[in-house]
Amino acid sequence: MPPLLQVEDLVTEFRTATGPLRAVDRVSFTVDRGEVLGLVGESGCGKSVTSLSIMRLVPPPGRITAGRILLDGEDLLVKDAEAMRQVRGARIGMVFQEPMTSLNPVFSIGDQIASAALAHSGGGRAAAWERAVEMLHQVQVPAPRERVRDYPHQLSGGLRQRAMLALALISGPRLLIADEPTTALDVTIQAQILDLLRRLQAERGMAVLMITHDLGVVAELCHRVAVIYAGRIVELAPVERIFARPLHPYTRGLLRCLPHPRRFGQPLHSIEGAPPDSRRPSAGCRFAPRCPHAIESCRRDEPALEAREPGHLVACPVTT
Amino acid sequence: MTPGPLLEVQDLAKRFEVGGSWLGRHRRVIRAVDGISFSLEAGETLGLVGESGCGKSTTGRLILRLIEPSAGRIRLEGRDLLGLPARELWAARRRMQIVFQDPYGSLNPRMRVGQIIAEPLAIYHDADAPARRRRVSELLELVGLDPAFALRYPHELSGGQRQRIGIAAALALDPALIVADEPVSALDVSVQAQVLNLLMDLRRRLGLTYLFISHDLHVVLHMSDRVAVMYLGEIVELGPRDAIHHAPRHPYTRVLLSAVPVADRTLRRERIVPAGEVASPLALPSGCRFHPRCPFVIDRCRVEAPALREVGAGHRAACHLI
Repeated sequence: MPPLLQVEDLVTEFRTATGPLRAVDRVSFTVDRGEVLGLVGESGCGKSVTSLSIMRLVPPPGRITAGRILLDGEDLLVKDAEAMRQVRGARIGMVFQEPMTSLNPVFSIGDQIASAALAHSGGGRAAAWERAVEMLHQVQVPAPRERVRDYPHQLSGGLRQRAMLALALISGPRLLIADEPTTALDVTIQAQILDLLRRLQAERGMAVLMITHDLGVVAELCHRVAVIYAGRIVELAPVERIFARPLHPYTRGLLRCLPHPRRFGQPLHSIEGAPPDSRRPSAGCRFAPRCPHAIESCRRDEPALEAREPGHLVACPVTT
Repeated sequence: MTPGPLLEVQDLAKRFEVGGSWLGRHRRVIRAVDGISFSLEAGETLGLVGESGCGKSTTGRLILRLIEPSAGRIRLEGRDLLGLPARELWAARRRMQIVFQDPYGSLNPRMRVGQIIAEPLAIYHDADAPARRRRVSELLELVGLDPAFALRYPHELSGGQRQRIGIAAALALDPALIVADEPVSALDVSVQAQVLNLLMDLRRRLGLTYLFISHDLHVVLHMSDRVAVMYLGEIVELGPRDAIHHAPRHPYTRVLLSAVPVADRTLRRERIVPAGEVASPLALPSGCRFHPRCPFVIDRCRVEAPALREVGAGHRAACHLI
């Protein structure tokens, strides 16, 4: 059986006045059934564009220029717009940082969830409405029978996030793409939503592609992690390995940048400099200009993402 | 230097009135900051932490009198800021400056970096033009930037560089107190680390005093000597960093500590999940404001508001269960 989602050598480019900008550059990974894969990186690294590419929602002037995206072995990049709409409705659920990206302000959340239920599995309107109430109950919206009539603006940030999750899950997708779903929330609400996501994921055996900048969120939820830098995956490993034995200098740097409870008040490690300009890709490893371990060949040859241990891939020939 | 703390805040409050007709009917009051007290010694960093709407940013702005307090007292270097006539307030203001969260919104896009940093000097008629230029170069070097940056515009800079400019402008007048309001929240972690290191370094070199405001508990613990935890306009716990970190007494502090996602799994705490969400500041709960969410609530909490009282050396908390 092929993996649930297989991304192969994906390239997504944006046309700009100064030449094409390669936001995603030959990215490959898989997500297995029931697995939570984290895509982690800083602003502009291409993690969100990767997720938008999978859903074929890259906004112009962005364009997927190479690669394959296979869902259950079917190539999504050859599907027409209508077929793709069906995939997004039924087989891939999506949640975003900003709930109003997917919630329509002029319909009640019940209308929206029920009409998705109706489109997906038919039945009468009354039954669809009941399923919407039940779904809100599952995402732990208190008093779902009353809340179902609310409009998005009447809900708090945390409840809106739950409503968006209900909308994404009503069709029972096998894959949920979650793009920074807790980033705008307060920390106690974030903890509630992460607990909920973990529970729903386990109960439904659903795969999740979790896009985040927060390594703490990765540690809480993910089984495997792909670290992205300047459009390229630099390291991919099981979550315990990433934290216990990170191999790429960028991953190591990221982990050491965070204030650490055992070292509060001591100077933080920082990664000097800034990510490169994707419009002018340099030769060699993209992290080399900021890398403390860089040797001459790093500035010349682009390192391949290779397995260092079974299941632990790294794009760095220097570190051990 | 006057003896006593650099900054003393007593029963500080800010009420905002919202809604209502022009006759004042149906007008409702938001108690954004509701009678908080604390002091700051010279050279010390006090962290102010809490979730959205807890009043931490309002507190920072009240201290600078960017918004007018409804009640309370603020003393900076022994001077009562609220009693000062405009002219003396203007003079006192140069002793306290603010660094904002958003390095994109807080710098004037039409001004060059050099003008932005020199503006406070010009406003206070400090030094002539050549001396101001020298001071700008000095400040840029102080925040780790090349003096050539003076000729650039904000849009040419990265987020981290802009935040350094914001810090340089705040330092131009040699203030004693810096209110840092979410100074790294808009930055990526690798850049966040650079700016936090810079702030710690400047504090040491210039003997600065910080009121460090953030929603990020780990960042606050990292930066602060003492930490005040706010919830719905009140300070619920205040104590030395290590006490707050290792021996928190208020249930809300414990909830906050357990909710932070930690990368290092060996440091994970047992999660204490609070019920529901923060109450609306328009409809404050009776008794203890945290009681509707508190996992340890008892009957008394619903009717009687707990006072902030001593629970250890320099450590205060407001909870009936202690």
